[in-house]
Amino acid sequence: MTVAGLDIGSRTIGLVVVNDGEIVFREVVDTTFDPLEQCRRLLAQRDFDVLVATGYGRHLAQANFADQVITEIKAFALGCSHVFPQCRTILDIGGQDTKAISLGEGGKVADFQMNDRCAAGTGKFLEVMAAAMGLLPEEMGRLALQAEGEVKISSMCTVFAESEVTGLIARGTPRPLIARGLHEAICDRASALLRRVGVRREVVFAGGVAHNPCMRVLLEERLGLQLLVPENPQLVGALGAALSVLSRDDVRA
Amino acid sequence: MSDYHAMWEKLGLDLAAHDGLLEVLPPLYQDCILSQENRPEGMQYFDFVFSEVHGLRIKELVDHRASGGIVVGTFCTYVPEELILAVGGACVGLCAGAQVAEEAAEQYLPRNLCALIKSSLGFKLAKVCPYIESCDLLVGETTCDGKKKYYEILNQLQPVHTMELPQRKDEADRRLWREEVRRLVARLEEISGRKIDEAALRDAIRVINEKRKALLRLAGLRKCDPPVISGRDALLINQIAFYDDPVRLTEKVNALCDELEERRDGGISIGGAHRPRILLSGCPMAIPNWKVPTIIETSGALVAMDEMCTGIRYFRHLVEEGAGDLEGMLDAIADRYLKIDCAVFTPNRERLDHISELVRDYDIDAVIYYALQFCDPYTVEAFQVQQELEKERVPFLYLETDYSSEDMGQLTTRVQALIEMVETQKPSVF
Repeated sequence: MTVAGLDIGSRTIGLVVVNDGEIVFREVVDTTFDPLEQCRRLLAQRDFDVLVATGYGRHLAQANFADQVITEIKAFALGCSHVFPQCRTILDIGGQDTKAISLGEGGKVADFQMNDRCAAGTGKFLEVMAAAMGLLPEEMGRLALQAEGEVKISSMCTVFAESEVTGLIARGTPRPLIARGLHEAICDRASALLRRVGVRREVVFAGGVAHNPCMRVLLEERLGLQLLVPENPQLVGALGAALSVLSRDDVRA
Repeated sequence: MSDYHAMWEKLGLDLAAHDGLLEVLPPLYQDCILSQENRPEGMQYFDFVFSEVHGLRIKELVDHRASGGIVVGTFCTYVPEELILAVGGACVGLCAGAQVAEEAAEQYLPRNLCALIKSSLGFKLAKVCPYIESCDLLVGETTCDGKKKYYEILNQLQPVHTMELPQRKDEADRRLWREEVRRLVARLEEISGRKIDEAALRDAIRVINEKRKALLRLAGLRKCDPPVISGRDALLINQIAFYDDPVRLTEKVNALCDELEERRDGGISIGGAHRPRILLSGCPMAIPNWKVPTIIETSGALVAMDEMCTGIRYFRHLVEEGAGDLEGMLDAIADRYLKIDCAVFTPNRERLDHISELVRDYDIDAVIYYALQFCDPYTVEAFQVQQELEKERVPFLYLETDYSSEDMGQLTTRVQALIEMVETQKPSVF
């Protein structure tokens, strides 16, 4: 059986097609302002028997073309445990949500925590801050790594933090220091969220922000362990969605 | 529905704004309440009462005042309804469950204040609540600092009597509270021009106890699995119990319970597959605040019980009947209300014990904690509730929200993930 998993996030849409347990296709596109059209484009000319949607756009997909939906929490749990069977804890920093998930027996979700309703400490936060400094998000990560020292950013509200950054720039604070401070602030948030579900090895770091080298280094220092990062951290949700059907079949058999 | 515009105008409502509010309610009611399947027939009464929420019930209150009675508005479960009834008054819980005139309210109140207080002032300032405009007296209580200071401001617009609620339950606190109950008696007697006598108070105690017993009977029927009534319908009844005529409401709730017992015995449920059973705990949900229960129940779970002021906290304790003379009865009333386990009390062990008890009695699979942003007592106490539930390995989900609907998507994801988690953890799935 061929299953397509579609993860419609706030920033990107990921598609993974799985056939007999093997990934036969994967792609990531931007969500844009017309996610439905983006999905249609992604799915055109793809063959599959079942389509499972996840992510914040899953209900839109269900109303239009998806056969089943699961939450991104379950999708990340399934996807991460497939890529790293030894995974017990997951940190996913996506576009508008940060999730910490603790896995129990057989990779099942035992507990989870998510950020508050605003985008504090998410990928969106990093994007807005990078823009405030005239940088691309990936540049900001590299710059932050070069910094010797940091400045403390105390606001986690995107709006307040932006004013804080503007103030620091006006005072002539070097950009690498500000960039480092911003990463540290997110790191504080993420590790607090992780501690609430309990940090047990191995810890997988996924979601778009896992591409950011500075976040990874800072989190590893803070948690005192090495993080496992999937090759395609943005596609773990789509993979999990596809696997949700297969694992159910396995159980039935 | 009759045309009540003349009545509303007389009450001083802003007719255009009020018409706007009334337009919003029916589609919301359709989506949250009427769209449910296999509802008991007895819900028709409550649907009718809700459809006439600003109509027929207000007319009753207007007629009641025309015949010399008073109307008293309350904001909280701590205000003794018996006393209001005993001076021939009608008691109404006041609307504060929707975002109304927030900007106007923020001219008086800080932005970072709980939605319930802001909404309460919003309804007053926008002149869209016929209940508050029908009141001869408003009775507040010191259940949190926000409300306490808010009543001072509200008092500039309409008379408010504020009861000082102690925050412990020792003897000194009991003395204070018994005194506060008598202070309210004096104020009610002054406003109504009627003295509270033994016979009237005894009767009032009985009437309100009967209402509580009916609501307790309904609560007991929510233990049925498969369920005979949804959590949303039960919440609606509790919300209506705050403003409907108590004798009539008691009769209608009992009639509904008769039907629910028949359903239970005949194996008739609200239908659908087995649903995880959720205990909803936390801040109150005033009409028309059905956001979180609707998310839970449309995501495939059941709100099996509500540990909230608009839930079992409202009617859990009865006033001891046969407490002797007038003074004895006033003490019995004070003692009953002091048993309520609001998060403003310290320590508040009773609430934690009650939650554990409800989890057992109602066969609860997970607890969802509904916290209004900036509500200090309930948001802070959530930590101890979670600690308690961890001991019993009951999954716990903390949802912080307000009256807006922008966070529906994020709340839905959290609730659905909890349901998936509960379902996969249950051994019966395999």
